[in-house]
Order: sequence, then structure tokens, then C-alpha cells
Amino acid sequence: MSSFKIFDIVGSGLSAQSVRLNTVASNLANADSVSGDPNTVYKARHPVFQAVQAAVGQSANATDRASGATVRVTGIVQSNAAPTERYDPGNPLADEHGNVYAPNVNVVEEMTDMISASRAYQDNVEVLNTSKDLMLATLKLGS
Amino acid sequence: MALNLDTYLGVHADALKLQSKRMEVIADNLANSDTPGYKARDIDFRAAMASAGGADAPVKLATTNPGHLGTDPTTEANANLKYRVPLAPALDGNTVDAQQEQAAFADNTVRYQATLTFLSSRFRSLMTAITGQ
Repeated sequence: MSSFKIFDIVGSGLSAQSVRLNTVASNLANADSVSGDPNTVYKARHPVFQAVQAAVGQSANATDRASGATVRVTGIVQSNAAPTERYDPGNPLADEHGNVYAPNVNVVEEMTDMISASRAYQDNVEVLNTSKDLMLATLKLGS
Repeated sequence: MALNLDTYLGVHADALKLQSKRMEVIADNLANSDTPGYKARDIDFRAAMASAGGADAPVKLATTNPGHLGTDPTTEANANLKYRVPLAPALDGNTVDAQQEQAAFADNTVRYQATLTFLSSRFRSLMTAITGQ
């Protein structure tokens, strides 16, 4: 039923933003996971969002086709930025030159990303609440 | 005199459909507020309402077959689905301004509730007439 499509849209937004929050949490948790090998060190992860337009012919009526861009996480990519090299010969993980490699996680960037994700999540929750209230009011119409 | 419920409810039934459609479009925009390349959209409400049978409605084609394109307000809404002119587009091509969309959503909510109030008062008068009290 098309009037409940708004919940699909909002739900997809909520799940996409929570994936984003998860990657932020993962990046922040591993911000200090150093490694002795630059190839095996943790790399920052970022989700890729994509708008999903309902395919033509998938839905019978034109209304559902024209609107209804839910959001989908198409994948999680790892950052290609070089890991930070740090001279720390006392570290048991250090390589033969006494270097350890810290992940390419930019903590400040992750924090702003977290705020952005949390705001977007709140937006979606607000939309969900409001449309739920309106729909309940519509159901009670005439009584 | 026979009472036609469609004409009795007037413009409000169409308005409700359009507003719920607009709610969906704005929810789309908010759900995609971080999707690269997504372009924010909105319904030209005045134009959609006018062509759905508002006060200054143009002459309509008769719909004698269910396959004909009718005057359903949601069809008109799709024709009036426009891209928003971005104030400050992001580098990734996304044109959703969360504040603008929130304001539009709030605006639409109030209008939807107003329409609901109009509709329920119509129903109430009808009930008064039926029960005669």
C-alpha cells in the first residue's frame, strides 16, 4: 500500500545511517591499533550510499515509480590513505627499523562524521514519528 | 437531492492525497541527505492542486475507461515533481539541505493536519445531518 511507503523510505534512511555510525565506531575503536606491517594495519572504513529509484515496471502505478528513492548501502570501502609511520622501537610490534604503523583514521573527521550521521538519524526518526502521528489521525478521521 | 460525497468533501480529499505524497517526497530527500549525487525534489503544490481540480482548474479530459490518464491528484503530483534549486550544493553533487527539508516537512505536516480538521468537520456536519440532533 502506497501510503505506508514512507516507512520503507525512513527505515532505509535509518539503517543506512546506523551502518555509518557503526563504521565510525569501528574506525574510532581501532584508531590506535598499530601494526608492524603497513599492509596489515587497520584501514578506515566508509560506507557508500546510493539512492534506489523504484524500477519501472516493478510497481504498477506511476505514483510509486516517480517518488520513492530509498537509500541503500552499496558497500563499505577502505580508505587508501597511507598509514601513519611512527618511530617506536619499544613497541613489541615494531619492525626491524623500529617503526610501527598507525591506522589512517582521522579522528577529527570521524567525530564530525558521527555528528552528521547522528543528525541525519534524528531527522529520519522525526519524520517517522510525524508521519506515524498523521497516519493515526487519518485513521481516526470522521470518528 | 442526492449527495455526492466527492463534491461534498471538496478540494480537501485531493489535498490530503497530495500532501501525503509530498510527505513521501520530503522523506525521500531526508533519507538521502548523505547520498552522493542525489538531487532533492519537491512537489509544486499549487500547480498540482490546480490541475487536480482546484479553483482555477483547466478543462479536463473525460475519463471513460480505467486505462485513461485521469485527474488523480497523485498523477498530477508526479507531473509536478520538480528538482529543488540548491542554495549550496555539496561537492559530491548532493543538493539536500536538511534544514530546508525539515522546514518543508513541518509546513506539510501543518497543512496535512489542517486538511484533516476540515475533513473531519465535514464528516461531523454530515453526521449531524444524518442523526438530526
